[in-house]
Amino acid sequence: MKKQSMPLIIFGALVIVLAIGLTLDPKDVPSPLIGKPASEFSLPELYTQEPFSPTQLKGEAWILNIWASWCVSCRQEHEVLVEFSEKYPTKIVGLNYKDTPEEAKAWLKQFGNPYQITVEDQQGRAGIDWGVYGVPETFVIDKKGIIRHKFTGPMTRKRVNDELKPLLAQIDKEPS
Amino acid sequence: MNWLRLLLISVLLSFHSQSFAAIETYQFDSVEQEEAYKELIFELRCLVCQNQNLADSNAELAQDLRQQVYEMLTKQNASKDEIVDYMVARYGEFVMYKPPVEPNTYLLWVGPFLFLLIGLWILIRIIRSNQQNNELDK
Repeated sequence: MKKQSMPLIIFGALVIVLAIGLTLDPKDVPSPLIGKPASEFSLPELYTQEPFSPTQLKGEAWILNIWASWCVSCRQEHEVLVEFSEKYPTKIVGLNYKDTPEEAKAWLKQFGNPYQITVEDQQGRAGIDWGVYGVPETFVIDKKGIIRHKFTGPMTRKRVNDELKPLLAQIDKEPS
Repeated sequence: MNWLRLLLISVLLSFHSQSFAAIETYQFDSVEQEEAYKELIFELRCLVCQNQNLADSNAELAQDLRQQVYEMLTKQNASKDEIVDYMVARYGEFVMYKPPVEPNTYLLWVGPFLFLLIGLWILIRIIRSNQQNNELDK
């Protein structure tokens, strides 16, 4: 009896292991940058061409959203960001990744602009420094300039409500 | 028949152009530098198409990372370890196509041999019990 049920037990164990494997997302690579100071860059602002760098926002929490006009899922998350920016004062910096200024401007005109500041990263250099491997990606940076969280893939209302808002509330309580 | 030939030619032509897209021309100062570059693009993973390394991948990110590796080697005179560290600091250990041997990867490295041993053990037990049965039969 025991011997006969062995293959069934092994089969069952295999099914469980593989089922767990199916629920994991291989695209969700944990970022080693969490808990580390935000990488510096100096990039031109989309409209004013004035240089912007992350140190300018030291002392306040902010969000860095990496987007591009050629990115399909950016379109999907954009209305969530616009909605968020209308209700919350937290600054969103848009990093326009490997795009042209003309297309970026046209895109923001068409879909709305949730960004206080939009910077151009035409070469994708700042992107590499921030470990960007897919657009969109969204980072949350605290008052001390430390990266606290990274969202890979499009932001959704659920992610905003369940993860982003609680994190911002927590950062808000911390000393600057 | 004619359209079939046309189809075949167009398919072959499309392969032709694809194989050319991956070729980039980089100038190196020394043979060692070129060797290091080749080794690095084989060892680093393309994060977009996860089961390819930088050498095989034609994704835009892979092109950018190859460029980054090239510039670090030639302009900054960075060593291989420095470049791997740079990538790991930004993309995590996942960027290494060949994972390092560390406590959290022991199972990954030892696992296959472990399964082999378990298999051998089961095999030996089956053979032994068969032998015993045979002896009992006699």
